[in-house]
Amino acid sequence: MSWQTVIGLEIHVQLSTKSKLFSGGSTGFGAEPNTHVDLIDMGLPGVLPVANKEAFLKAIRFGLATNAVINQTSTFDRKNYFYPDLPKGYQITQMALPIVGEGSIKIEVDGVEKIINITRAHLEEDAGKSIHDLFEGETGVDLNRAGTPLLEIVSEPEISNAKEAVAYFKAIRQLVTFLDICDGNMAQGSMRCDVNVSIKKRDDEKLGTRAEIKNINSFKFIERAINHEVERQTRIIESGGSVVQETRLYDSVKNETRSMRSKEEANDYRYFPCPDLLPVVITDEELSLVKDNLPELPDQKEKRYIADNSLDAAEAKIIASSKTMASMFEEACLKTDDSKLVANWLVGDVSALLNKDGIDIDESRLTPSNFAKMVERISDNTISGKIAKSVLEDIWDSGSDVDEIIQDKGLVQIQDESLLEEIGQKIIDTNPNQVEAFKNGKDKLFGFFVGQVMKETQGKANPKSVNEILRKLLS
Amino acid sequence: MSIQYKTISELRSMLDAKKISSKEIVEETFNLIERNSDLNAFITLNKDAAIAKSIEIENSSVKSSLHGIPIAQKDLFCTKDLRTTCGSNILSNFIPPYSATVIENLENAGCISVGKTNMDEFAMGSSNETSFFGGVVNPWGDKLVPGGSSGGSASAVAAGIVPAATGTDTGGSIRQPASLCGITGLKPTYGRISRWGMIAFASSLDQAGPMARTAEDCAIMLNEMCSHDTKDTTSLSEDIPDFTKELNASIKGLKIGIVKEFDMSKLDDNVVSIFEESKKHYESLGAEFVEVSLPNISLSVPAYYVVAPAECSSNLSRFDGVKFGQRSENPINLEELYIKTRSEGFGDEVKRRILIGSYVLSAGFYDAYYKKAQQVRRLIKNDFDSAFKEVDVIMSPTTRGAAFKAGSKGSDPIQMYLEDLFTIPANLAGLPAMSIPNGMVDNKPIGLQLIGNFLDEKRILQVAHSFQKSTDWHLKTPEGNKLS
Repeated sequence: MSWQTVIGLEIHVQLSTKSKLFSGGSTGFGAEPNTHVDLIDMGLPGVLPVANKEAFLKAIRFGLATNAVINQTSTFDRKNYFYPDLPKGYQITQMALPIVGEGSIKIEVDGVEKIINITRAHLEEDAGKSIHDLFEGETGVDLNRAGTPLLEIVSEPEISNAKEAVAYFKAIRQLVTFLDICDGNMAQGSMRCDVNVSIKKRDDEKLGTRAEIKNINSFKFIERAINHEVERQTRIIESGGSVVQETRLYDSVKNETRSMRSKEEANDYRYFPCPDLLPVVITDEELSLVKDNLPELPDQKEKRYIADNSLDAAEAKIIASSKTMASMFEEACLKTDDSKLVANWLVGDVSALLNKDGIDIDESRLTPSNFAKMVERISDNTISGKIAKSVLEDIWDSGSDVDEIIQDKGLVQIQDESLLEEIGQKIIDTNPNQVEAFKNGKDKLFGFFVGQVMKETQGKANPKSVNEILRKLLS
Repeated sequence: MSIQYKTISELRSMLDAKKISSKEIVEETFNLIERNSDLNAFITLNKDAAIAKSIEIENSSVKSSLHGIPIAQKDLFCTKDLRTTCGSNILSNFIPPYSATVIENLENAGCISVGKTNMDEFAMGSSNETSFFGGVVNPWGDKLVPGGSSGGSASAVAAGIVPAATGTDTGGSIRQPASLCGITGLKPTYGRISRWGMIAFASSLDQAGPMARTAEDCAIMLNEMCSHDTKDTTSLSEDIPDFTKELNASIKGLKIGIVKEFDMSKLDDNVVSIFEESKKHYESLGAEFVEVSLPNISLSVPAYYVVAPAECSSNLSRFDGVKFGQRSENPINLEELYIKTRSEGFGDEVKRRILIGSYVLSAGFYDAYYKKAQQVRRLIKNDFDSAFKEVDVIMSPTTRGAAFKAGSKGSDPIQMYLEDLFTIPANLAGLPAMSIPNGMVDNKPIGLQLIGNFLDEKRILQVAHSFQKSTDWHLKTPEGNKLS
């Protein structure tokens, strides 16, 4: 029996606003517990929310980039449930009229493109955190995160397998980082997702009963959780049982999902319009201002790199795929006219190092400005390309500044022609046999002389000058 | 020098003429509070801070309308460093770290907050009997309720302890106790006064307002209470006029609407005859009466008792024992923490409304109840809009009768809910409305309700003031009546 998997994702993207969705509280990560909390975040009696317009403008950017309907009038609703880290006993969210309506995004799996439709993207406030392992027999509550703006992006159930789900999550992450609306930092929880999984027979029109797996925050876990869940559901159905609608939790240590609560235990959220907030109206002017200032997206960058920087399609795609990589390319190109050289470094040495360590460019110590400086030092002949390779490796390990590395290790290229001529002459004088062989037509020996000069100068000689001087001396 | 029963304007003259100091006024106020402690009008007193401020005020050169005037604050407004209970056990230990905008506005105008007044728990009640801190006594008679929910404020003003107090009105909580205590109370247009720092009952209906002896004092209070507040997005941005100006404008030619659908036959006969007398009085002042129709008005009470409990069920969720207020001792788990804290913390009426509210919002019932009630609300608003094309103000009795004995409404909550029959429509439509004393039934005061058009507080204040210039119902005091 062949089963078809149907997956829908709800991705929570933490918007990178300075203050919270309904208060002036800071959204900074990593502060002491309960220090980024104001009266509103605490849900004190008598406080009222005021909507943060910046969050709306960021949500609109996402909407425009996914060709979505923008609801210029959107409203807030209350979702009521009790939990210690939910200070008001309700979450303010957009149920009836979200800021972003239907849109879509393109994903690619093994070279095949697919469009995933997005149902909606709405704004809501995050809850705080319950801390269960810090106090013996008690639970602590940290409200620093309470009220942080989230954009919840809800996909249609059009994702067919774990690989597509990961590709979709990656595509959303790429987009929100390029749009500069989220830092994309999954370790800090800036992006999390709930996965809805069901299986059905290929010909069935009706979807199977779904299970929702809550709060996954890594690509690896999405893939594993889905694969595990599909296996579990297949096993149940093939042994004559039926899947129960429920919320499940993925345990990354045991690599399994387990039941959190069934449909019967589910909360009745008693949604109703939040009477404290008037509808938020985005004017035509505000909308066009966002439109006119939309950052350049990967597809556009790719095209521009091919047209303006003469990169080939493969190079352009790799560089445009990540915001950091693209920034490296663009910053470095300001320091040199040789954009092809910059691309070679990124696609060649930098990518090789990434592959070796199995990390993402954002996780490396190389920053766009340090990379650009390295390119600048090659281009102004301070260091040779060969020396640059060792400088790059040094940055990779230490994160140190390019100029400091050159200074500390004495890597400045020797430009002094009379000094190079002296060294060249010395090499010729001490290798008479090779000189004779070269003069008798053994052209390949030219490389030997270059190598000897480089060895003598510890690789610091300008290779172009060495070539010229040796040609002259050997003629 | 006695300051009992003095108005803000009278105290202002005494202060300006240096016949009395702010400190003397405040000290005398606390004497009055003590002598009338059997009224149970106050939950928490602010004596030390009040006396300190009165001394500070005396040395200040700035003189604004409320400088040195003692005011009582309903215990629903958050007051920084001063306990704020909302009449509930669950907040009986709550000391807010901030003050409501209304409190700040009044205190910036120089008023001296002498204490927090008793009220129905979370403003849910019409007799002040639901307060955790015990019922309030109406100074007009032993065992008489003062009305609710702003019963403590009404009682304190009626007993002449303070010239004015703050109240809040969600379905009549300023006007009904004003009527039953023989004072003047005004609920402004929804959004006129910031709700920041007001502990929410039903957010889309709650509105703060002044309670005083005269319309003039209400105007003085209103001037300071209103503000545009960026902390409350439902706060209106419309201009705030000087409400004390043009109070004396003539009402000659004024068109007063009488609502065809208000069924007078169910009222106390005395209330009806007093209402007719007031109409005659207004006619003698040059006003003209026109019958208006508010066809959907009979749906007001049912619509209100869906919308208000729904909002309350959500607003009161934050009282869970986790962050502030009372927490039940030694719960065995989280669920028990919630259940015990809320069972012990809330009184019966609050629980009843949370249950009703949770029910009408629950899946499958939302459309039939909450959504329908909001539609009814829109219809009622439209009814008023049409009526105000024909008339300047709408007039009715404020209450069905005078003050009743505590416990006399029995255990049927519906009987209590009907207390708000005439007052609820103005809340549903967001319109300004006030109650002024217009007669006595068996030696107990009753009130006349004036409903104004959107933002037209100025007009109802004029209409009230013209009545008070030519009658003396508002000057009557319960002196000698007390504990009779």
